Amino acid sequence: MTSRHDTAALPAQAGGAAPGRPGKDAGPAEDERRRRARLSRRWQRDMRWSPYAFVSPFFLLFLAFGLFPLVYTAWASLHTVELTAPTDMQWAGLHNFTRIFDDEFYWNAARNTLTMGILSTVPQLLMAMGLAHILNYKLRASTFYRVVMLAPYATSIAAASLVFVLLFGRDYGMINWALHFFGIDAIDWQNDKWMSQIAVSSIVIWRWTGYNALIYLAAMQAIPHDLYESAALDGANRWQQFLHVTLPALRPTILFTGVVSTIGASQLFGEALMFDANKGASGGAEHQFQTLGLYLYEQGWVNQHLGRASAIAWTMFLILILIGAVNYVISRRLRASS
Amino acid sequence: MTTTLTNPEETVREPKRAPRPKAGRAGGQLHAGPLAYAILILFALGSLFPLVWTAIAASRDNNRLAQTPPPFWFGSNLFHNLDLAWTEANLGKALLNTTFVAGVSAATIVFLSTIAGFAFAKLRFKGRGALMLIVIGTMMVPPQLSVIPLYMMVAKLDWTDQLQAVILPSLVSAFGVFFMRQYLLQALPDEIIEAARVDGASSWRVVWHVVFPAARPAMAVLGMLMFVQTWNDFLWPFLVLTQNGNPTVQVAVAGLGRGYTPDQSLIMAGALLGTLPLLLVFAIFGKQIVGGIMQGAVKG
Repeated sequence: MTSRHDTAALPAQAGGAAPGRPGKDAGPAEDERRRRARLSRRWQRDMRWSPYAFVSPFFLLFLAFGLFPLVYTAWASLHTVELTAPTDMQWAGLHNFTRIFDDEFYWNAARNTLTMGILSTVPQLLMAMGLAHILNYKLRASTFYRVVMLAPYATSIAAASLVFVLLFGRDYGMINWALHFFGIDAIDWQNDKWMSQIAVSSIVIWRWTGYNALIYLAAMQAIPHDLYESAALDGANRWQQFLHVTLPALRPTILFTGVVSTIGASQLFGEALMFDANKGASGGAEHQFQTLGLYLYEQGWVNQHLGRASAIAWTMFLILILIGAVNYVISRRLRASS
Repeated sequence: MTTTLTNPEETVREPKRAPRPKAGRAGGQLHAGPLAYAILILFALGSLFPLVWTAIAASRDNNRLAQTPPPFWFGSNLFHNLDLAWTEANLGKALLNTTFVAGVSAATIVFLSTIAGFAFAKLRFKGRGALMLIVIGTMMVPPQLSVIPLYMMVAKLDWTDQLQAVILPSLVSAFGVFFMRQYLLQALPDEIIEAARVDGASSWRVVWHVVFPAARPAMAVLGMLMFVQTWNDFLWPFLVLTQNGNPTVQVAVAGLGRGYTPDQSLIMAGALLGTLPLLLVFAIFGKQIVGGIMQGAVKG
């Protein structure tokens, strides 16, 4: 393509202006030739460098606000750095890492992040799949449902969490009030370990189910019709069609949403912060729903140990890389088997 | 898709519309039954209920919210609470700040993503594949990894509580580059670019007169998506805007919940104020945003 543009598109060579009118002295013709050579050089420079000019702002900003911090966090994790004097760094080797690995609250936070990740991701994606399937039927007012289901996505973490705190209130919350009709006693949604984790997860589920449903729906609509036709000819009923046509075709999308939701879940922060009655970083009085994100914030901004917080950040990154690797292996297996 | 609002009875009465029973996608042309509608309506109610109830709670007072059963309908305190939230939580300023931050971020992201996406989609250059891989790879880097050095930078520059500290790190979006690239690959025929080249247009002129007009629909959608995302950004603004003198909406709303004796109806009024502008955007452009998310999903 480059060569095509270089040659075909050259205005100077395209033969618009006649080269040097006869009868004139050589001066203007020479000027004209030089002018065209200059234009041509400028043209080639443009063709050659403008792609880099177009992508460079992204990469410059990414260098400054993505890559540099990434590396610097690794550097800081090997130092003792306090929030009060962030420029004063003292070499500490791996001390920060051994320090957090010795902290039972680190492992507690890691476990909570895992359980809340499962509690929020699995139901969310299952419901999104079901919703997408229904939205894929011929519906009246289908746009209406799509927009309405996406409305939680437009709601901020802070606002959504504050509402859910009220709805999940122990004494006057609407959910306990509704449950008492089923003979269920008031649940202490903020202080009970599992119940609080379910409550925080429900905020995540509420915000993201509609979004994921739309992504599944888009993938479902891209499945060619004739796959279903031949499945129907083979006598597959609708459930079998879903199982043997829709699901396999959605594998890449399912993996994609799985990875994105997992990344989101591993960074769970705002919901858990706002769900705490004291709006503190401990994730409840007993750390019952403290996530790694909250633990990082607690170490860095409450206890003011930025070096330690950097170490936590890097362990979170390593976990993500691990998830990415597992995902890669799974998707290769799936591709090989299909 | 959205115009296929066919009446079930109609198709039955007019068999010529469906000359042969198409298998279709799973339900692609099968009409939804009552159960499907019931589930959809249930989910729609579930999506809207917390939002509506925010407004209900914001229209009550603290005492009423501490009673069972909880209120199900609006009271008379809405404007009083909104007024209080406006002044007490600095929400007026917060809304202005957030509009500015989200507007600048979204506009910059759209501009930078469009030119980068164009280069990746339509121009040949050395290292294109590798650079695109880097772009995609950056989507995996969690924000927690950058907040600590960014915080140090901001502290050193003395930018705490200033909006540029919020804006600067949010000016890049790998997703944006990817989104625009996917769109331009399909929406912009090579012939148009070539024609512009033959006419002697430089690369910048091509971008200005060919790419931007062709990309306008995608730019609008990306702009809205990025506006929503920046508007709702929580972690980073929460870390750098610490003094509450110059908050974004999220920081201001989060601050509301922190009082010694939290006034729940006031908190709900703040949450409502912080959410309404975006819901308004959604009410107007919801269809386009839905389309954009689905578009980004398929081609991804």
